[in-house]
Amino acid sequence: MANPFSILRSTQDGISILALDGYLDAHTAPQFEKAVQEEFEAGRIRLIVDCAKLTYISSAGLGVFMIFVEEIREAGGDIKICGLAPKVYQVFEILGFPSLFDIVEDVPAAVAKYAETPVREN
Amino acid sequence: MVSLERTFSLHVPASTENLAMIREFVTSIGEQAGLASSEIAKLVLAVDEACANVIEHAYGSDMTKEVSVRATLDDAILEITVTDTGIGFDPGSVEQKGLDKLIRARKSGGLGMGLIRSFVDEVHYQISGEKNELRMVKRLKKV
Repeated sequence: MANPFSILRSTQDGISILALDGYLDAHTAPQFEKAVQEEFEAGRIRLIVDCAKLTYISSAGLGVFMIFVEEIREAGGDIKICGLAPKVYQVFEILGFPSLFDIVEDVPAAVAKYAETPVREN
Repeated sequence: MVSLERTFSLHVPASTENLAMIREFVTSIGEQAGLASSEIAKLVLAVDEACANVIEHAYGSDMTKEVSVRATLDDAILEITVTDTGIGFDPGSVEQKGLDKLIRARKSGGLGMGLIRSFVDEVHYQISGEKNELRMVKRLKKV
């Protein structure tokens, strides 16, 4: 009965890409949180979260972005979000994410964003 | 014409694993109500948020407890009530903080009620005895 959720991790040009697939809710958010935590602890602070295969998100999933983004930015990195389906984007939009996060079309656009914005020095 | 009222109920143990089942239940009620798929998606998310709050906060993920979801449907409205017997709190009393403030405080919570309020037409909260009830109303007809 449980709605499936998985994360496929890869790297491109030194950027970590977490591709989310399925349903991100209060049950599966800890999996996502653990993945971001591991990236951060390994010093990989330039992240792209690819949501092209994300079917559903609730506030528990959005909360993961909120917990880490400040710390990652303070370390000079960022979390960029891409591939949101309209139904999923609506949830991000209602809560005001577009003004605080770079949300772009797809992975190449997110990689390009990193290229145009050099890593911040703190 | 007399409006026929129909009631549907789902009772599940208080585990986040059961949120998928709750979402399927709400989806099927939304379909019965004739809602557009975009409206069903909003209702599903509102109920998911309410139930996740109950499971994680009111019950502290104690699986021996039960979350009840009751849907009442007539021609004019679809009403969904989430009931628990855990630690009650009035969501209306919680100050809605902006996303930027929550991020600065590295807080992940506090968004669920905002989504519920955005996605249904009315939200009512009632504590009666040991029961806490969050009632969400979706109007099916424009008045």
